Amino acid sequence: MKMTGAQILCDGMVKEGVEIIFGFPGGAVLPLYDTLPQYSQLRHILVRHEQCAAHAADGYARATGKVGVCLATSGPGASNLVTGIATAHLDSSPIVAITGQVARAFIGKDAFQEVDITGITLPITKHNYLVLDTASLGKVVREAFHLARMGRPGPVLIDIPRDVLAEAVDFHPPSQTELSGYKPTLQGHPAQIKKAAKLIAEARQPVILAGRGIIISGAHDELKQLAETAQLPVITTLLGIGCFPESHFLSYGMLGMHGMAYANMAVNAADLIIAIGMRFDDRATGKVSAFAPDARIIHIDIDPAEIGKNVRVDVPIVGDVKVILQALNKLITPIEHIEWVKQLDTWRREHPSISIRDSDGLLPQYVVQQLYEVTQGEAIIATGVGQNQMWAAQHYCYHKPNSFISSGGLGTMGFGLPAAMGAKAGCPDSTVWCIDGDGSLQMTIQELATIVQEKLAVKIAILNNGYLGMVRQWQQLFYGKRYVATPLSGPDFVKIAEGYGLPGLLVKHRDGVRPAIEQAMAHPGPFLIDFRVEPEENVYPMVPPGASLAEVLEAPKPETKAADSAKLPVSNI
Amino acid sequence: MVVTKHTLVALVEDKPGVLNRVASLFRRRGFNIESIAVGHSEKPNLSRMTIVVDGTTTSVEQVRKQLDKLPDVIKVSDITEDNIIARELALIKVHATSATRSEIIEIVDIFRANIVDVAADSVTIEATGDEEKIGSLLKLVRGFGIKEIARTGRIAMSRGGPGLLPLEGKSAKANNKK
Repeated sequence: MKMTGAQILCDGMVKEGVEIIFGFPGGAVLPLYDTLPQYSQLRHILVRHEQCAAHAADGYARATGKVGVCLATSGPGASNLVTGIATAHLDSSPIVAITGQVARAFIGKDAFQEVDITGITLPITKHNYLVLDTASLGKVVREAFHLARMGRPGPVLIDIPRDVLAEAVDFHPPSQTELSGYKPTLQGHPAQIKKAAKLIAEARQPVILAGRGIIISGAHDELKQLAETAQLPVITTLLGIGCFPESHFLSYGMLGMHGMAYANMAVNAADLIIAIGMRFDDRATGKVSAFAPDARIIHIDIDPAEIGKNVRVDVPIVGDVKVILQALNKLITPIEHIEWVKQLDTWRREHPSISIRDSDGLLPQYVVQQLYEVTQGEAIIATGVGQNQMWAAQHYCYHKPNSFISSGGLGTMGFGLPAAMGAKAGCPDSTVWCIDGDGSLQMTIQELATIVQEKLAVKIAILNNGYLGMVRQWQQLFYGKRYVATPLSGPDFVKIAEGYGLPGLLVKHRDGVRPAIEQAMAHPGPFLIDFRVEPEENVYPMVPPGASLAEVLEAPKPETKAADSAKLPVSNI
Repeated sequence: MVVTKHTLVALVEDKPGVLNRVASLFRRRGFNIESIAVGHSEKPNLSRMTIVVDGTTTSVEQVRKQLDKLPDVIKVSDITEDNIIARELALIKVHATSATRSEIIEIVDIFRANIVDVAADSVTIEATGDEEKIGSLLKLVRGFGIKEIARTGRIAMSRGGPGLLPLEGKSAKANNKK
């Protein structure tokens, strides 16, 4: 049967279960756009900037666990995807990015809208393809989806010249995918699992550090069983949020730079760290040489390259987290760590990191807490990057996996709205809130047009403090309060919302918070609330950059002075 | 953390861009590639790369694992600690006159190298061996005046053993645990 490249591509996507493509058309991909109406299973969502197509595909992937797809034309379309692809790469999110390329005869000639996108995305994709042979396209599509979701997930890019999309060839459906160069280990080594069980049985002060790998692998039940059987306190990374119910009596919040003080204290005092599906990012470990000084470390991860990359590991176990935890759970006998858990509870009482200070002003933490109460913890929360992200992580109580969607590794401002859009498209029955900052939101604010046109009922809460808040906080604490390039004379977000065709509300007082959230929830479509919060509110606790987790700064008492910047060590800032 | 010379061998897909993917990984991790030699392997669609880099054992192990994740890399091993055969080929064009030619030929014979080209004012030596042997030969002929040197960089394989890829049917990467 004769099929064009565009038809082969669409056929392949349908077979891979693709439902939604986030894209933006252009010359090189016109043959594909012309073919799309033949495939009614594929819904196309027109974004307003290609970066947001990648973020939306990423948000879709994180909310649904399926592979997200974004599409852009050659040249600037393709290069605009780069930030989105890098974001997905660092957070192991499975997306397939499809880009148009100039016709084969023009490649390498600096033709109009030609960019070497496979070259550009080499270090930020799991793999990429430039398809020069139309007959190979079916196999490439199949491999790309396989690679994106297999093992440690990640972005894969397929670059397709315009004439390959248009060319008709004899089509033979690809046979079974056989990638001899990519065979991730799934089963953990039994001897290593036995060693881990022995360490857990011997430990007096153990903690689990739970990362996004648990969510990806779908191992929440196994994690819960392990934690409950061996009475292991569970601390998550930022991206691990949701893998363990935060209301659980063994949940001790998040570790790291803005983690709970008691979580960081627990890691610091632990004699055994059971790290599961996490990669010891510097924002999580603090000063790595002083990380968990007395602990032995069990590291369970599917990516062998993560073992020993940042911290020394005593018992590495490479494989799928779910498979390994199932095997491990069989070897774990019930143990109690009553003294240790009591100690953690004492720390939590003495250092209540997520309490909200008394104030008549409108505190951003209060907004997040009210969002939690009104949504009863059932919403999917997508965030921007900065203070809004940390408050969303700290003050909303997450019960289930895939409910917190945030750019952890790359820290991409502007991620929130397009990611929320992708999440809502993938989970139309879930309530999706985008908690964003006035700075972060403005990086991708044009997507308000997309959510209106596509009827995606995303609710947006702007924690508007008139600053690039996190940078301002660093300037306050470490740069002598010199606020260089951080004040924002923001736009009138309510008018902007109206301009784009969605209702907006301005909230300036504490009393207005809850009614506004309720109004947004009652409205059937997208809704925006501009919360004018305390301008100079800081995120606490905070481990200063370069400091160890033991050196956590807590919210100062009214008269205490800020930290002395001169004493702070230099680090990855 | 001692920095030493490491020899990595890799079997990779024989496709455009694969050398770039491999080299790019070394660049990202901050390694200076001392030499890289690429050619056909015993398998039809696979090329064999021999890469020599300086680094600590842990940092080289990290980059080896990163290389192993590339779908186009079928197998990669650090064979530094193995009992290996390592060779390189050098072409050395040496200034030669009728007065010095026979002396050069004598040196070439001692090193069991060959003269592969003779011109009015030069001879070209083809020498094979490990880096040390080539180095010693170079030292001896340097006095005559060297016009040009081309070296392939090291190629290497372990003595005996099953080869980099196990026989057909076994998973290539399952065997890769260190």
